[in-house]
Amino acid sequence: MKWQTLASTLFPDGHDIVEKDNFLRGTAQVGGQTIAIIGTTGHTSIGVEIALAQAEAILATMRDFPARPLVILVDTQGQRLRHRDEMLGINRYMAHLGKCIDLARRHGHRVIGLVYDQALSGGFITSGLMADACYALPDAEIRVMGLPAMARITKVPEERLIDLAKSNPVFAPGAENYLNMGGLEAIWHEDLASCVALALQTSVSADLRSQRGMERGGRKMAYPVAQAVLGVNHVSKT
Amino acid sequence: MSSYLEANARQRIHQLLDAGSFEEFLPPSARIVSPHLAQLDTPASFDDGVVIGSGRLIGKSVLAASQEGGFMGGAVGEVHGAKLVGLLKRAVIDQVDAVILLLETGGVRLHEANAGLIAVSEVMRAVLDTRAANIPVIVLVGGANGCFGGMGIVACCANAILMSEEARLAMSGPEVIETTHGVEEFDSRDRALVWRTTGGKHRYLLGDCDAVLPDDINAFRKAAAETMARYQQNSAVLTLDELEAEHAMLSKRLRDFGKLGEPMDIWTRLGIAEPASLPMLEADAFTQQTAGFRAGER
Repeated sequence: MKWQTLASTLFPDGHDIVEKDNFLRGTAQVGGQTIAIIGTTGHTSIGVEIALAQAEAILATMRDFPARPLVILVDTQGQRLRHRDEMLGINRYMAHLGKCIDLARRHGHRVIGLVYDQALSGGFITSGLMADACYALPDAEIRVMGLPAMARITKVPEERLIDLAKSNPVFAPGAENYLNMGGLEAIWHEDLASCVALALQTSVSADLRSQRGMERGGRKMAYPVAQAVLGVNHVSKT
Repeated sequence: MSSYLEANARQRIHQLLDAGSFEEFLPPSARIVSPHLAQLDTPASFDDGVVIGSGRLIGKSVLAASQEGGFMGGAVGEVHGAKLVGLLKRAVIDQVDAVILLLETGGVRLHEANAGLIAVSEVMRAVLDTRAANIPVIVLVGGANGCFGGMGIVACCANAILMSEEARLAMSGPEVIETTHGVEEFDSRDRALVWRTTGGKHRYLLGDCDAVLPDDINAFRKAAAETMARYQQNSAVLTLDELEAEHAMLSKRLRDFGKLGEPMDIWTRLGIAEPASLPMLEADAFTQQTAGFRAGER
């Protein structure tokens, strides 16, 4: 979906989002409230510049509009795969963006992520996956890698992976799989404007993804293992 | 001297902490393995490639985790990630003096790709939760596999990163970049270039790690203890001021070095007299020679 179409569907009460070099920034009206919007478009790769631009927008929102809710619109092919970005420390730039989102939450900003097109690996981990809750449109392509590449790396035939992917959401791309694993809170099928309004009202700051993954059966071990670590009866030797 | 590079995850954690103090949580005898690898006919490990537990560092109470590079390159799967998340949550409950993460990892485990990606994101948020509870998180990088992918991002969410000169910290591996954009973009077999670009010395000069250490577990132990001691007085909590300062620093870095194509040109721009000599220097000599020349120091 084009970001312009998305924005007018999500925010029928109006928005002033503008795009510059695949970076989206602006505000929108939701339920009589002004919301800050940041995001990316054009399946752009996330390099140091666009990571920094998104961080700047979040810091400005925290400075000038305390507690203003934030919506992150995600469309990225992942981190930029260039020597220059690595030389400049792209992992630090992406961590900086992730920390800005996290601190916004702690400062009382509600943060919602929406994957409206693509979300891959590093581009996703410091955007939608840092929100209070992340949502997706049904056709969103969310993945680390496709099954052909996975077949090459794991040396498991692709046909077998396709078969396994029917019963285990861990392997194959797709919004439905991320939903079952708790990585997405929900998939928005219709009436997107109501969905975003409701998401902003109901967001919680705690990370509930491993619980969701267990409840939905897509990631059964993450939550019990973390709980087991908390429950270990440790007797100090000193 | 006891090489950090050559030790395995369990040896590192035992030698890093006070002798005899380490107690492992969910040890291999508990046999908590990945639920996904068997389907791919891939051998599992009884600790899923990460050793976690509690111990003492110079008498202080710490929780620590050590990733095993020998098992799937230290990559993060569902169970591996959950052990790290559980440890970080437990640190808040137990109010320990610090969490020490000995990272050696390629990032997300591709065999359980989706679970690994979500898990790394959960670790990232858990690190920041731990810091928000004023418990410092200290990252050590000194293994042969470096610290890459999503875990390279996690490292930069910690309070401090300590690296050996052999260690590497980055996002995408050189092989991935070469495969995508060709050998002219990044020659992954050019070891010297790989180290100039991702190695401990370059990260130190840019300000992305706090120390370059010799490849010696005792050197890591000493540096980790000193870092932990700093947070007895200083808050470990991430503040808006700190993020604003980081933003200014990263913006300046892009302005100053964004048009350069070779890490050594950055070192020259920092004012270092003989940049070509840096890769050959021992850690201590390197730290002395570059004193006052790191990004932001002049």
